[in-house]
Amino acid sequence: MIGFSVNGKRVDLEVDPSTPLLWVIREQLGLTGTKYGCGVAQCGACTVHINGEAVRSCVAPVSRAAGTSVTTIEGLSPDLSHPLQRAWLEEDVPQCGYCQSGQLMSAAVLLREKPAPSDEDIDEAMTGNICRCGTYPRIRKAIHRAAEMVAKGGAR
Amino acid sequence: MTQIENVSRRKFLQGAFGAGAFVLAVRHARFIPSILAQGAPLDWQSEADRAAFHPNLFVGIQPDGTVYIIAHRSEMGTVIRTSLPLVLADELDADWKRVKIDQGIGDKRYGDQNTDGSQSVRRFFTTMRECGATARLMLLQAAAARWNVPAAECSTELHVVVHKASGRRLAYGDLAADASHLPVPKKEDLQLKKPADWRYIGKGAKSVDLENLCTGKAVFGMDARMEGMVYASIEHPPVFGGKVKTVDDQETLKVAGVRQTVSIDPFKPPAAFQPLGGVAVIADNTWAAFQGRKKLKITWDNGPNETYDSAEYKKELRETSHKPGKVIRSVGDSDKTFPTENVVEADYYVPLLAHTPMEPLVALAEFKDGKVTAWAPTQNPQAVQAIVSSQLGIAKEDVVCHVTFLGGGFGRKSKPDYVAEAAVLSKKLGRPVKVVWKREDDVQFDYYNAVAAMYMKAAVDEKGKPTAWLQRSVFPPISSIFDVTQVYGDPPHLAQGWTDLPYDLPSIRIENGPAQAHVRIGWLRSVANIYHGFAVQCFTDELAHRAHRDPVEYQLDLIGPPRTLDFTGVTYPNYGADYKTYPWETGRLRGVIESVAEKSGWAKKKNGKGHGFGFAAHRSFLTYVATVVEVEISDDGTIRIPRVDTAVDAGIVVNPEALRAQFEGAAVFGTSIVRTGEITAKNGIIQQSNFNDYPVARIHEAPAHTNVYITESSAPPAGVGEPGVPPFVAAFCNAIFAATGKRVRDLPLSSNGNFD
Ligand code: FES
Ligand code: FES
Repeated sequence: MIGFSVNGKRVDLEVDPSTPLLWVIREQLGLTGTKYGCGVAQCGACTVHINGEAVRSCVAPVSRAAGTSVTTIEGLSPDLSHPLQRAWLEEDVPQCGYCQSGQLMSAAVLLREKPAPSDEDIDEAMTGNICRCGTYPRIRKAIHRAAEMVAKGGAR
Repeated sequence: MTQIENVSRRKFLQGAFGAGAFVLAVRHARFIPSILAQGAPLDWQSEADRAAFHPNLFVGIQPDGTVYIIAHRSEMGTVIRTSLPLVLADELDADWKRVKIDQGIGDKRYGDQNTDGSQSVRRFFTTMRECGATARLMLLQAAAARWNVPAAECSTELHVVVHKASGRRLAYGDLAADASHLPVPKKEDLQLKKPADWRYIGKGAKSVDLENLCTGKAVFGMDARMEGMVYASIEHPPVFGGKVKTVDDQETLKVAGVRQTVSIDPFKPPAAFQPLGGVAVIADNTWAAFQGRKKLKITWDNGPNETYDSAEYKKELRETSHKPGKVIRSVGDSDKTFPTENVVEADYYVPLLAHTPMEPLVALAEFKDGKVTAWAPTQNPQAVQAIVSSQLGIAKEDVVCHVTFLGGGFGRKSKPDYVAEAAVLSKKLGRPVKVVWKREDDVQFDYYNAVAAMYMKAAVDEKGKPTAWLQRSVFPPISSIFDVTQVYGDPPHLAQGWTDLPYDLPSIRIENGPAQAHVRIGWLRSVANIYHGFAVQCFTDELAHRAHRDPVEYQLDLIGPPRTLDFTGVTYPNYGADYKTYPWETGRLRGVIESVAEKSGWAKKKNGKGHGFGFAAHRSFLTYVATVVEVEISDDGTIRIPRVDTAVDAGIVVNPEALRAQFEGAAVFGTSIVRTGEITAKNGIIQQSNFNDYPVARIHEAPAHTNVYITESSAPPAGVGEPGVPPFVAAFCNAIFAATGKRVRDLPLSSNGNFD
C-alpha cells in the first residue's frame, strides 16, 4: 500500500511500487490531464509537482510519491484562477493542447522560484517541455504576462 | 454540393432536441463525452443509414435560443472547431456566446472529413455560409408570418428578427418551433452577407476549447475510456512487410497485469491503412502492457526490405537524379541540348521525416453485435470506417467513429492503421480494447515524409539570370502505399512546388525519376513542398549570390511581371481546387515578397560573421508566403533564430489569430526539419526511436519572435496550416549561408557535422 496526497486528497493504493507515477495518476486515479508523450523524461508532457518540485512522472516510480503531496494540472487551480492559466488564455497559447498541462506545471515552478523570469530563465526552465505544435513564442509571452500579473498583485 | 433538409419533424431527433426545436440537417451528433461510461449506442447510426441524402452541415436551434453547430473536421490545434462554425454563425447572425459546438462523428454526409491538406475552410466556407443563411432566412420568414408582414420588411440583428416599421422583435429561440414547419428555401433565394457586414469572419474568435485545454479537461484519444476495456501494446515487425516466425510469451505472461498475447496478421500488400501485424500484449493497464512487451521473445521473417539501408539509398537516389527522368513540364526549347557555358549545378537532399505528434497514436474500439464503436484522435473518421469495415468484414455504416481531441496530427492521424488495430483486437477478445503506441512505435512505424534528392541546373547570362533551367526530383511516392508498383511521383505531389515553378524563363525543364519505397510513405505537414521548396528556393539563393545580386530583387526578376501561370498541356492538380477560382497568380507572390521585404526592413539588413538573413517565397495549398529568417551562429556552432518575418496572402482569412499561430508553429516545425529532422534505416530497421535520437525543436532553439503579416484580400480563402513550413525551411538555410558562407544542401544540419 502506497499513500500520498493528490491535489489535496489523500489516496492509498495497492500498486506495484515500481510503476511510474504517470500511469497511476492517469489510469488508477483517472486524472487524465497529465499526459504521456515519450516515457523517457524527454518531453515534459507528464510533468507534475511532488512537494512543489516539477517531476517527470513517466520516470518517477510511484514509490517516490509515498508520503508526499502531489499536484497535477487538475490541482493547479480549481477554476482557472492561476495567473499562468489566465495568461495562457489571454495569449491563446494552446494549439493542440496536449503538451500544455506539462508546460503549465513547469512554468508554475519557474514562476514561484523566479517571480520575474528573464528570457534566459524561461529557456532554462522550459527546455524540457516539448511543444510539437510550436507554441513556444506564446508560452514565453504568457509567462512574462503572468509574472506581471503577480507583480501587480492581481493574483495569488 | 450541399443539400439542406429540414428534419425537425423527424421523431428520432426529439430526444436530442426538445420538441419544437428547429433543426437543420441530419442528426444530433453526440458531444465528446467527458469520460465515457460505456459504448455509445448505435441506434442512431441506422437513422444515418436511412437518411440518404448529400453531404450536409448542421445547425440546430433550441427554443431557449441555444444554437448548436456541428464541427465535422478534427481539432488538432488549428482551431477549426471554432473557425468553421464561426462562419455559419456569421451568416445566421447568431450571438456567438449562445453557440455550442458539437463534434461530428465520421459520416459521409458531411462531405470530406479528412482534416488534411489545409483545406477545411476553403472547402466548406461557402457551405457553412449557406447553412447559416438558410437558417436565418427561415427564422425571418417565421417571424414575418407571425406578424403577418412581408418577409422583405424584416431583418435580423444579433439572435433576433426585427420588424423595423413596427419596432417588433422576436428572439430566434421563440421562432424555432415555427421555423421548423417551413420548407427549406432554395439556394437561389439565399442572400449571403456582403463582406462588409460580416460580424465574425475576418475578426475571428478565441478557440472554444481554450479553457479545457488549459485545465487538462479536454479529452484526447489517450484519455478515452470504456467500461470493461483492456489495454494493448503491439510489437510490430521491425522491418516493413515482415512477419512473425515464432513467439515465446512465457515471460510476458508472468508480468503482473498482463492477461494474454494476441497475434495480429501481417497485412496483404499494398499496406495502405492496414495494421502492420505483430504481437499484441493485452493487459489491465498501459504500463503492464509496455512491460510485457519487453519480455516477448519473437523471431521475425523480415522479408525483402531487410536490405534497406538509408545511406546506400541516398546514393541511389542521387544517381537517379543525375539521369534523364520523366518530363513533367517543359517550357520553351528545353528539349535542346542544355547550354554548356556558365552552368551552375547543385544537389539537394531531404531525408525521411517522422511526424511525432505530441500524442502518440492511440485508439479505443469496441466490437459488439457485429458493429464497431471507435473513439480515436483521427484526422479522418471516414477512413476509419473504411479500414475497420474491410478488416472486420462489416459494413461501413456499422462503424461509428467518434473523434476526440487530437494531440497533434500533422498528417499521421489521417492514416488509421492504429484504429484498425484496436477494432481487430476487440473482435478477437470480445471486449473494448485501447491500443496505445509507445513513442518508440510512433517513430519507428510511421508513414514517413518521403526522402528526396533534387538535382538543380541552370545556365546563366552575364547578369546571372538563367537562360535555361533544369530541375529533377526523385523520391518514393506516397502512391506506393496503395500500389506497390508505383515509383514515380504522382501528379498531386509533383504539383507541390515543383511542376509550378513560377519563374518567367525562356527554357524550363522539370523532371522526375523513379524510386522504390522500402517503408510506408505518407504526407506530413506541407508534404512534397518541403523538399521541393527547399531545393528551388535555396538554389535560387545560390544563383543570386553567385551573381552578387540581392536575393529578393533577384527572385522578383525571375518571377517576372504579374501573370497567371498557364498550365495548358501540363498535369497540374492545384491542390484539388478549381483553377479558375484559385489560379496561380505571380502577382500575389510578388505581393508577399514585397510585403515581407518592407516589413522586415530587408533593404537595411547587413550580414556579418555569424549573423545573417535569409529569404524565400513559396506558394502552397493555394496560399502565397514569403519569409525572412534571421540567424545568429556562435563560434561553437550554436544557432539561434532571433526573428522571423513572414508575409501571407491566404485570401479571405476567417480567424486571423489562428492564422498567426499556425505560421508561428510552422516556423518551429521547420526549425526541427532543418536542425535535426532525419530518419535513417539499417537492415530495414529504423534507427531512431524517441525524442533523444529524433529531436524536435525546443524553446531555446525555436525562433524567438515570429512576426506574421496578413495581406488583406477578397480572394477565396486558402490554406493556413501548412504553407508556412516550406519557405521557412529554405529561408533558414539561406540565412545560414548568409551568416557563414556555408551552403546547406543536405538536410538536416545535424547530419552535416558542421552545426551542433
Ligand atoms: S512523458 Fe514524461 S517526459 Fe515525456
Ligand atoms: S500545443 Fe500541441 S504539442 Fe504543444
